[in-house]
Amino acid sequence: MIQILFFFFAALAVGAAINVLVQKHVLYSALSLILMLTSVSVLFILLRADFLAAIQVIVYAGAIMVLFVFVIMLLNLPRDEDGADRLRWLKFIGIPLGLFFVSLVIATLWNVEPAAATGATLVGSPQAIGQSLFTDFVLPFEATSLLILIALMGAVVFAKKDL
Amino acid sequence: MIPVGWYLILGAILFLIGVLGFFLKRNIIALLLSVEIMLNAVNLTFVAFSTQHGQISGQIFVFFVLVVAAAEAAVGLALVIAMFRNRETLNVDRSNLLKW
Amino acid sequence: MIEYLTENELALTLLKIVIIFGGVMGGVAYLSWLERKLIARVQMRPGPTRVGPFGLLQPIADGLKFLFKEDVIPTGANRFLYIAAPILSLVPALLSFSVIPFGPVLQVTDLSIGLLFILAITSLGVYGVVLGGWASNSKYPLMGAMRSTAQMISYELSLTLSIVGVLMVSNTLSLADLITSQQGTWLGFIPRWNIFLQPVAFLIYVISAIAETNRLPFDLAESEQELVAGWHTEYSSMKFAMFMLAEYANMVTVSALATIMFLGGWSGPVFGPPALQLVLPVVWFTLKITVFIFAYVLLRSTVPRFRYDQLMKFGWKVLLPLALANILVTSFIVAIS
Repeated sequence: MIQILFFFFAALAVGAAINVLVQKHVLYSALSLILMLTSVSVLFILLRADFLAAIQVIVYAGAIMVLFVFVIMLLNLPRDEDGADRLRWLKFIGIPLGLFFVSLVIATLWNVEPAAATGATLVGSPQAIGQSLFTDFVLPFEATSLLILIALMGAVVFAKKDL
Repeated sequence: MIPVGWYLILGAILFLIGVLGFFLKRNIIALLLSVEIMLNAVNLTFVAFSTQHGQISGQIFVFFVLVVAAAEAAVGLALVIAMFRNRETLNVDRSNLLKW
Repeated sequence: MIEYLTENELALTLLKIVIIFGGVMGGVAYLSWLERKLIARVQMRPGPTRVGPFGLLQPIADGLKFLFKEDVIPTGANRFLYIAAPILSLVPALLSFSVIPFGPVLQVTDLSIGLLFILAITSLGVYGVVLGGWASNSKYPLMGAMRSTAQMISYELSLTLSIVGVLMVSNTLSLADLITSQQGTWLGFIPRWNIFLQPVAFLIYVISAIAETNRLPFDLAESEQELVAGWHTEYSSMKFAMFMLAEYANMVTVSALATIMFLGGWSGPVFGPPALQLVLPVVWFTLKITVFIFAYVLLRSTVPRFRYDQLMKFGWKVLLPLALANILVTSFIVAIS
């Protein structure tokens, strides 16, 4: 059962990611990305990381992507211009090279041995994450709050009409 | 049970798609979306390793990657708006005034 | 038959889904009747009375009307997104009911992160509004959609932060555990509800919930006097019905969440024969939700709406600091006790 779910949502994630590249209008790319984010969230649940799955949907698919969709609608963009680019041929070299690279990675990872099977099965419950976040990782936590403050100020300043 | 390797392979494929999108797309917002795909692939790899080794620090890292991605998306979009206001196009190939 | 149903997990879950989904759809349909009757009474007129006794068949008549209406898609509208938007609005609204406990056993599934699940699903409900407004290719829906989206994501913050206060008091994210932590009484007669422990969070939650569901006094996005009907101007027949269903289902969801978090959910005096004991918690739950629904509808019929800048100012400059202060004070009190 878990295997069926894994294959289904993995295929959905890969398909949505490819759709992000293929679509000409950037709004459809953003919507495909939302689909990919929710599929990856389901994969997190399959990996017993429930808290992260919910946070991924709340933060990524529910807030960041709303921002993207908002900006795309405000800017009222037309379809992508198919200008004659000197880099037109790039995709004919890039995609085969990329496929070669990923087949190398797959060949390496195919026979990964589960390293030192620890007896404890980890469940990414909010209690476990909170316990670790506020004792071992307090400094990065406070640093990220500073980071968000800076990003907030930066976004407000950059989007102003007259600086 | 699903072997960890399958999650890593999926992460690698998603990362590849993100990299291809980053190099092949010309719309700036599409570039930002490709960066998000790459970050998601990395998140998936982190969580897979965290489950394999039974430690929670992998998921804490994903937390921080998420926060950084949010901050970067916000500032990136503000820059996109400023750029669009100045030159009416989002094509990165047209933004080459600093070339020699 | 009963043994087969109670022993087979899948069959039991399917039965619960049928009961809950059927009840919710019926309740949401009759919520529109309740609203029309109540608003009419406030305005000293009878409301729907013609279709069936007391107008009780009015929602059915409305449903049939929606089915038979002509389905118009405006020219220049983005067909795919235009058709997808009501679906994107309705599915999250109904999905939240899969974790809400209507009774001790009447809960489709009890996720250990049930509250986060509902928050995640309601944050996905923004997309129906923004895509519906944009896909209609018309200025009133676009303006309504932009305003509504900005409002919804602003008030989502204070909603989530007010919930954090409740979490600190009850130490659990699972909805069934939230209710069991509120059982019992203090001094023998005051029920151990969270509203007495977190009154400020309750107020913030209720105000943010009204803003989240786009109801008066926060319904600038679909104000009839300014934007013809906001983001669902260009929608007709079943797509409009889906938007309306989604709005009412969202109302019921936030009311249910308010009763679970602050009013003790389905807990209440249970007495009588076993058959009555099964049904009584559901009755208490429905009664408490109805209190909130009444408050919603009475607010709608009496209060004028906020201006857009007043709304945003209130959300960011008043509610958000208040919610943060509530978290600060609550964590201080929890830490020293």
